[in-house]
Amino acid sequence: MIKKAQSFQALSPAELIQSVQTCHDEGYRLVQISCTHDGDNYELTYSFDRDLALSHLRIRIPPETAIPSISRIYLAAFVYENEIADLFGIPITGIAIDYKGTFIRTKIPHPFGSPQVVKAGSKTEERDE
Amino acid sequence: MKAGVMALTVLKNLIKGPYTSRYPYAPAKVSPATRGYLDVTIEDCIFCGLCRMHCPADAIEVNKTERTWTINRFRCVICGCCVDYCPKKCLHCEQSYTVPGTEPVIAQYTGPVPEEKPVQPGESSA
Amino acid sequence: MSKQIVLPFGPQHPVLPEPIHLDLVLEDERVIEAVPSIGYVHRGLEKLVEKRDYKDYVFIAERICGICSFIHSATYCHAVETVMEVEVPRRAEYLRTIWSEYSRLHSHLLWLGCFADSMGYENLFMNSWRLREKILDVLERTTGGRVIQGVCRVGGVSRDIPPEELARMSRELAGLRPELRELTRVFEEDITVQTRTKRIGLLPKDAAWDLGAVGPVCRGSGISSDMRSTGYAAYDDLDFKPVVKSDGDCYARCLVRAEEMFSSISLIEKAIDRIPGGDVLVPVKGNPSGEFYARAEQPRGEVIHYVKANGKKNLQRHRVRTPTLANVPALVKMLAGCELADVPVIVLTIDPCIGCMER
Repeated sequence: MIKKAQSFQALSPAELIQSVQTCHDEGYRLVQISCTHDGDNYELTYSFDRDLALSHLRIRIPPETAIPSISRIYLAAFVYENEIADLFGIPITGIAIDYKGTFIRTKIPHPFGSPQVVKAGSKTEERDE
Repeated sequence: MKAGVMALTVLKNLIKGPYTSRYPYAPAKVSPATRGYLDVTIEDCIFCGLCRMHCPADAIEVNKTERTWTINRFRCVICGCCVDYCPKKCLHCEQSYTVPGTEPVIAQYTGPVPEEKPVQPGESSA
Repeated sequence: MSKQIVLPFGPQHPVLPEPIHLDLVLEDERVIEAVPSIGYVHRGLEKLVEKRDYKDYVFIAERICGICSFIHSATYCHAVETVMEVEVPRRAEYLRTIWSEYSRLHSHLLWLGCFADSMGYENLFMNSWRLREKILDVLERTTGGRVIQGVCRVGGVSRDIPPEELARMSRELAGLRPELRELTRVFEEDITVQTRTKRIGLLPKDAAWDLGAVGPVCRGSGISSDMRSTGYAAYDDLDFKPVVKSDGDCYARCLVRAEEMFSSISLIEKAIDRIPGGDVLVPVKGNPSGEFYARAEQPRGEVIHYVKANGKKNLQRHRVRTPTLANVPALVKMLAGCELADVPVIVLTIDPCIGCMER
């Protein structure tokens, strides 16, 4: 098994657009955007690929903070950004195709953004098919 | 660009007859490794509850005091996770499939009463 | 200029195996714009990782998709193993490769069938699925499941393939090749297929790159991007070469998948030849701590499994970026400007797997 190193570069939200634009100009492909909890804050990772090596840009934001969309640079970002906006409730401004919360329609709004209420003694809450 | 590329295949299929089997009138094709449905040898069960804890689908309920082992057949995904965890190796996957249904099938197995009382091995399914 | 109308396409449509909705803005018979909306089968599987033991979650990761299931579980295991720095036995990596390639074979045959069906070629559909049945038989014999194999574990695989079974698989593959050739010849040469697919759903190379297309969609547009070249599992030993076509139309994407089946067969044959002996599972103790982005090539394209753990038995976050989600922007681009009657064919060429896409 060949293991390739994965580099993370931490950024402030203000530097995001500039760095993504640099990646675009250098011929990187947008692979994905993911969002995780980091204590009370959110951690967004933008992954780019060039020559089969991944590199990541990472920003940390407090909840309810609006971040700018990168879909004007990479149109493909609109699916990931709508997904994050719907599942985590992070407001993202200026998405090229903005679904305004209807991309993934869920019964509970922003199900990944908040800890879910779990009924005592039953693990069935998650399976709301 | 050609027409009639399929002609030979169509002719072959005409002579060969059906490739399908008439399940459920004919038996389903299974192999010795097939995971058909989950079965329990309730006599060996010690009601430890490891299978319930590790079931990814929450299909199993174990009651230690009443000595019952219950499975919701509609929930069970037959992954075989519980088979690996069972300390007494009393769970196994049968090679046949359960019949389709419209209502959830909940099968309950009651273990024999422990040694000091009269032994009454029994199994009932609801 | 005629009036524009909006035509809803899906979520229930005869050509769609799974629910996706497209709003097609039409001018006469021509599609001006397509707006996809999803969310009909969102199950929240990623959130479930916070409730399950990371080892039991393999079974849930496998059930993200009903077709490329094995590769989901293998990639999840790869991610967790990398975080935990577990050295997986080489034989287990070879077995994972063999099963992954079998999954690809059956997925591509399924797709070829569905694709033939989308252009109304029922006979070809049945022939593809008949061949697929032979692949499923091998999978059932060796793993116990037809489409959900359930053999991947953190630390290896739970089931070994004995040498006599490997020899039998190798013999059967040799017999499968002429049958596959007969089937793919129809896709390559038949007038019906060509008139429905050539010069339709064009995706130029630079657009494919810009829109982040993955898998056969980008390889059909001339981009040689295949995660198997990164050499995960045993692919570094098998001299893998991606299949690339440059036309960027539905026909090119179809040929990529047809040829990939033959490359899968030769990969399996090489793997059977070179498989080393030894254990297939190492015991894994402790809990993971750290994060990793694992990538693998699914039949539909590149999949990403991200795991983040903090030393507890439940992971903090599991995020899956499935290939269909990455191909949706490319689909929007392909649909703009096409004829309404070609929409089902074009939608099918990205091999949409909605269950995967929404998790």
